[in-house]
Amino acid sequence: MAGSTNLRRFPGFLAVTIACLFVLYAPLIVVAVYSFNASTSITNWGGVSLTWYLDVFTGPEAPKFQQAALNSLIIAVCASVIATIVATLAAVAMTRAGGFRGKTLSFALINLPLMVPEVVTAVASLVFFSAIGFTTGLTTILIAHTVFCIPFAYLPISARMQSIPDMYEQAAMDLYATPREAFKLVLLPLMTPGILSGFLLAFIISLDDFLITNFVKGAGIETLPTAIFGSVKQGIKPNIMAISTLMLVVSVVFVSLSWLVGRMGQEKT
Amino acid sequence: MAAGAPVGAGGTSHIYQGSGWKLLAPSWIIIGIFLLAPVVMMAVYSFLTKEFRGGVIWEFSLDAYDQFFFDRGLFGDEPPTLEWTYIGIFWRSIWQAGLATITCLLIGFPTAWFIATRNPESRSIWLFLVTIPYWVNLLIRTVSMKFLIRDTGPLNEFLLALHVIEEPLGLINTNFAVQLGLFYSYLPFMVLPIYAAVERYDFSLSEAAADLYAGTWTILWLVILPVVRPGIIAGCILVFVPSLGAFLAPDLLGGAKTFMIGSLIEEQFKGNAGNWPFGAAASMILLTIVMCVLLVYARNQNKAEVR
Amino acid sequence: MTSPGIAVSVDRVVKRYGSVTALHGVSLDIRENEFFTLLGPSGCGKTTLLRAIAGFEDVTEGHIRLKGKDLVDQPPFKRPVNTVFQQYALFPHMSVTENVMFGLLRKGWNRQEAERRVRDVLELVQLSDFAARKPGQLSGGQQQRVALARALAPRPEVLLLDEPLSALDLKLRQAVRMELKAIQRETGIAFIFVTHDQEEALTMSDRIAVMSSGHVQQVGPPREIYEAPINRFVADFIGETNLLDVTVESVNNGMAKVLLPGNRSFECPAAAVDARGPGHLSVRPERISICAEAAGDLIATVTGHTYLGTDNQLHVKLVDGEVMSIRLQNTESTLLPKAGDVIGLNLEADAARLLAD
Repeated sequence: MAGSTNLRRFPGFLAVTIACLFVLYAPLIVVAVYSFNASTSITNWGGVSLTWYLDVFTGPEAPKFQQAALNSLIIAVCASVIATIVATLAAVAMTRAGGFRGKTLSFALINLPLMVPEVVTAVASLVFFSAIGFTTGLTTILIAHTVFCIPFAYLPISARMQSIPDMYEQAAMDLYATPREAFKLVLLPLMTPGILSGFLLAFIISLDDFLITNFVKGAGIETLPTAIFGSVKQGIKPNIMAISTLMLVVSVVFVSLSWLVGRMGQEKT
Repeated sequence: MAAGAPVGAGGTSHIYQGSGWKLLAPSWIIIGIFLLAPVVMMAVYSFLTKEFRGGVIWEFSLDAYDQFFFDRGLFGDEPPTLEWTYIGIFWRSIWQAGLATITCLLIGFPTAWFIATRNPESRSIWLFLVTIPYWVNLLIRTVSMKFLIRDTGPLNEFLLALHVIEEPLGLINTNFAVQLGLFYSYLPFMVLPIYAAVERYDFSLSEAAADLYAGTWTILWLVILPVVRPGIIAGCILVFVPSLGAFLAPDLLGGAKTFMIGSLIEEQFKGNAGNWPFGAAASMILLTIVMCVLLVYARNQNKAEVR
Repeated sequence: MTSPGIAVSVDRVVKRYGSVTALHGVSLDIRENEFFTLLGPSGCGKTTLLRAIAGFEDVTEGHIRLKGKDLVDQPPFKRPVNTVFQQYALFPHMSVTENVMFGLLRKGWNRQEAERRVRDVLELVQLSDFAARKPGQLSGGQQQRVALARALAPRPEVLLLDEPLSALDLKLRQAVRMELKAIQRETGIAFIFVTHDQEEALTMSDRIAVMSSGHVQQVGPPREIYEAPINRFVADFIGETNLLDVTVESVNNGMAKVLLPGNRSFECPAAAVDARGPGHLSVRPERISICAEAAGDLIATVTGHTYLGTDNQLHVKLVDGEVMSIRLQNTESTLLPKAGDVIGLNLEADAARLLAD
């Protein structure tokens, strides 16, 4: 190989990648490390302890954050389940119903929540709920979350469906399965990895949202992000770092799960 | 494949032929009622009269747009001149978002390239490493960044302890901090589409160019960049659009000097200074800018497909 | 409408996709217990016709009858026909047994009977040992046999096979041909087999329909298709042939008198040509022998030859500039003329045919 250059390699690209990963991970690692700080002053290192984790569960702010976490969880589960069902039906329509009028328009509609800037969606939702006299509360958050979860659930599901050749359904129908049976017995099992990763994606996106929630939440109702934001406005306290680290762990676990599910699906076909 | 069937054959091979609309009805109902209708409602609100302490009075008025673009003096009786405050905020946001896009491109392209040229096994691990931070709550990431770079934060403490610097760097509440936050928030949006484009890139093109006496950087500039351009453009859109309306990064990492559209709008709906029609008008203007960008993008993409 | 002995009757079927017409009024009768092949180049409409019989394509006009019953308005899952797909389409999440049982259960068989049937069919295709495997764990040839077993299990009235051998490698394909033919004999089900491979068609079929650009060109047993093609397309598509421009002097009782290049006259069977004037004569390369210049029907100059292993192919040029090829068996006694030699060619009278355009 001496004398020949590797055309896939550019000098410095490795360094940029490492630097990039460093910037991405440094803040998270620092916060995770400092969450184990024993000192009450958050900048001085006072040795390793679980004080702040204990504080999260038993401290004075514990009930507030626990309620917020519960709200986040309820909303994330409900919104992602509904969004996944709606997105699955939409994906079937887009990939298995041939051509029909308004197909392109429908595709644009499903992706609309991705195109409209988040802050605009937030304003529009607030204005809408107040105009129709809908009291803001948990329900308004749930509705708003369902809307923006749909395209995120749709992406992996439709990608998966596009990779399933339609010969399977044809074979099923050739073997006397009605369209309903063909869906239940053949298409659905093959789609499952896509549906699962769509659900996980929607779930994380719902947990992640701050801006829209902050606009449409009713007085006194908090989700984890809005509670953290409110607390951070008064300064970063160590218990926030412990909560952040816990949420970080949850996110990483979820993404790893989603990744594994996706890989399982790939190996199957 | 199906040797006898002409390309683009319709037939009845789609099992749910004819039920497209039935299956799409839930999507239309949910997104139509709870996003499309609200956006229309917001457009209506931007033409209404403001009520103090939030809300609107149902009376047609152009005040919101007038306030955005024109200055009529303290008592509203002077001849109108262009009002620079809000246009300036929009301009600064566009500029910040543009800069963040360029930064993401300069860092994201080499990263995406590097990952896409690994062997398939390590490729997925590298890709996973780059995407994990994206899945961590955006608020937590931004707070972490704030914690790290603020004057009494670990970065400054560390550098002070090493005597690299004598005084804290004063990074927080600057444009730089906002840039860092935007970069941190949206980098994966740049890396992923470029990665997808590079992965499909046919390396025999590079070989052909090298065979025709092109050097490494000439190949990058004249062959690779034009071929993977769709991925680059997609990445730029995906970073620019959310950066433009970003709220958390400028709000937490920036200060009064780095005020961006997101904060301007948010302010109109929080607290007593609220001016709903004005907030709705600002949102409409932001939405218009974003839709124009997306429309130009869609046009170009259609043209590229025809070619 | 019911004619005894006819399994599938395709009656003036037209299929249009917008402005493109894939089938121009195709009519065919497929007999019971018959191995029937639709043969043609890609894009000729053979797969479209097969999919129309299966119910995956609507027909624009015409009827398809199965044992006299019109199928046109029936969805695929109500048609008693089964398909072996080109890529097999075995359900990847089901075992071999579950795949084969799928159609039986949908048809409402009870589980015990279905299990017995699955065992029988797997035995027929010699896959009993693989019943518990998933399709992904089988070789291409085994997958092909599972696809066959799955389609045969519900005892269809007709079995449709869409280029089922095209995904196999050459050696395997040749072995499977015989097996497939044997299974057809054993089950007594009519097979409709789609292929673009003429060798496959000639070796397996009872009858062949040659198709091109949406029309059926000729229907008949393999020997007839090969030895008595009715037009230039069929003669050219099936095997190799020499097409000579000739002048027709007269046609009587299916025998034509023609003037060959070089002006010697020749008598041969004619396929549906009754006009005098210019015509085309088809002669298979292996049905020509070489002789002395004076004794030949044609006079030709040798331009070269190609070694083909079992045969030698001789390239010659006629006086009017037409090029022909001749196959000579590769035996030690064969003396090959050299390039530049002038030789005579003898055409076997019953092997040369006057063709319609």
